Amino acid sequence: MYTNLKDTMSKKERLAGGHRMCAGCGGTVAVRNVLRGLHDEDEAVICSATSCLEVSTFMYPYTAWQDSFIHNAFENAGATISGAETAYRVLKKKGKVKGDYKFIAFGGDGGTYDIGFQSLSGAMERGHDMVYVCYDNGAYMNTGIQRSSATPRFADTTTTPVGKCSNGKMQGRKDLTQVMAAHHIPYVAQTTFIKNFSDLHKKAEKAIYTEGAAFLNVMAPCPRGWRYPAQDLMKICNLAVETCYWPLFEVENGKWTLNYQPKKKLPIEDFLKPQGRFKHLFKKGNEDLIAQFQQEVDDRWEQLLRLCEQ
Amino acid sequence: MAIRERLSGNEAVAIAMRQINPDVMPAFPITPSTEIPQYFSAFVANGQVDTEFIPVESEHSAMSAAVGASAAGARVLTATSSCGMALMWEELYVAASNRLPIALALVNRALSGPININADHSDSMGARDSGWIQIYSENNQEAYDNFVQAFRIAENEKVLLPIMICQDGFITSHAVENISLLEDDVVKNFVGEYQPKHYLLDDKSMAVGAYATPGFYMEAKKAQAEAMKNAKQVILDVAKEFKAISGREYGLFETYQLEDAECAIVIINSAAGTAKDAVDRLRAQGKKVGLLKIRVFRPFPAEEMAEALKHCKAIAVMDRSEGFNSQGGPVCAEVKSALYGCEEKPLIVNYIYGLGGRDVRVENIEEVYAALEEIVAKGKVEDDYRYLSLRD
Repeated sequence: MYTNLKDTMSKKERLAGGHRMCAGCGGTVAVRNVLRGLHDEDEAVICSATSCLEVSTFMYPYTAWQDSFIHNAFENAGATISGAETAYRVLKKKGKVKGDYKFIAFGGDGGTYDIGFQSLSGAMERGHDMVYVCYDNGAYMNTGIQRSSATPRFADTTTTPVGKCSNGKMQGRKDLTQVMAAHHIPYVAQTTFIKNFSDLHKKAEKAIYTEGAAFLNVMAPCPRGWRYPAQDLMKICNLAVETCYWPLFEVENGKWTLNYQPKKKLPIEDFLKPQGRFKHLFKKGNEDLIAQFQQEVDDRWEQLLRLCEQ
Repeated sequence: MAIRERLSGNEAVAIAMRQINPDVMPAFPITPSTEIPQYFSAFVANGQVDTEFIPVESEHSAMSAAVGASAAGARVLTATSSCGMALMWEELYVAASNRLPIALALVNRALSGPININADHSDSMGARDSGWIQIYSENNQEAYDNFVQAFRIAENEKVLLPIMICQDGFITSHAVENISLLEDDVVKNFVGEYQPKHYLLDDKSMAVGAYATPGFYMEAKKAQAEAMKNAKQVILDVAKEFKAISGREYGLFETYQLEDAECAIVIINSAAGTAKDAVDRLRAQGKKVGLLKIRVFRPFPAEEMAEALKHCKAIAVMDRSEGFNSQGGPVCAEVKSALYGCEEKPLIVNYIYGLGGRDVRVENIEEVYAALEEIVAKGKVEDDYRYLSLRD
């Protein structure tokens, strides 16, 4: 059970160092801290969709994963782990498996919001005892910063480049956490890295130990794609939460709870300004774009407050 | 004691699956294989099997879940057809390269488009290079017998490859025929317990599906190629054991009146039955005709086929799928290359036939033999890439 930061951080690492993820990568921080939700005595089968995470942690003949691990393809982490979980139930019943296993799938926003969405939705609807964790860095970073349906409005990506006739991505981001809540699975939560990580640690443990399907959406910034200095990871995450761009909430058996309410909601500029992908928004004459962005954040925040009955 | 029954091909395969009692079956319905997961779901609902059925949301997820379950250490099977298999395409390769002995009941159906639900081999022929063992079945009995043998072949440690057992959509999948079934415990003993050597749920952790750089990828492919070569002898060994429990004999292919035949056809699946009737009629007229029915297409039994066919004067290779290489269908290309090394070899003509369920009658096959006679008389093949029973 979660006690405090010190105990949680002194647990054994389940993702060994020496992998090839970038310095300052939010994805790795997400994975290591989600895995801290596992109790030491439990085994895990972990699946990763094809992604930065997969190609950087499991390059033959090396693996950084201490637990059993399977990579299958880009769009099917949900289905793949559902197969492993089903096998476990059968083999456990037959007495062929000794340990107690938990099943965790990781996917980036490409593998989760987009190409892997059907596979994820199917696995969640079928109610497998598993957790699907999206490490959401808001674009297809592995192939070089192309837009995804998780990319925020106006972001400059390599398939929505800013130009004479373009202000970056034209559409707002899909609210996948809400879509997953609409599956009426027992546990859905959204989090990121703030303060002492207790929000993430508690949600990871809850997601892993809730019987049935659970979904965790972790905002995991990518310094390469968002274009901010790698050491500013925590600062960026904090601004995402304090501006209400990325609210922390959970939905347990249909009950919505807001886990953190900023004392004073910061303007969205504070989140956008440090990121190179939004540089064009601060050019003279583009003030209305920032206003549009702010409006979207406000509307979504108000809607969330209603859902959480705040 | 064997059990005499009257069953459709789908039902026969579903019964083989029940007798095998696998651990996991992920499946998604598609005509004409839909009945297989339907029958199987009823076995699950009635407690006749210990299997967990995963009602996935697509065929891609069916094969993805099969890969996950098989890697975890379960015995896994599924069924599909046509576009369903096309949607699995990526996963067929993943299953094979991960060396997962998954069994697939493929009920052959034409690929779209135009959309068509009837038999041809474009689905399995398109997957011929995916690294799966492919075994074909002329009738319901063979579909059942081949499926009973599937896991013994796939799980052999010299092989460890996925296997697809093919039969023709509707023609055998839906037609009800007399069939002889083995008793449940006979099948159970024959198939045996599955105990993989390496799997995710073993005490020792394991990692599956690595990123292989150019420094390692080729070795993985070479290992698969060797396993496929090994499969040939294993298929024969398993067939021998199967004969001991069933009395029915299987090889890499079946020959029918081929030994002294001057004109022969090479054919796969249900149309072989029609072709045998044509052979009987023509033999009654004193014509030296025969046929070779391919059972095992992957691995391709090239040497054995060359030996069996080389004495013929002319052969027609029947392809129930197009290859669009402008030279002919895939079976013909393989048969030609098998015969290339023979000093004396027959003249070869390729017929594309039965696409999208186009009816194949005994008379149509007789036409092919008549054409072969003409080729023998002329001593050469004019137009070696033909379509059978095409509308004018």
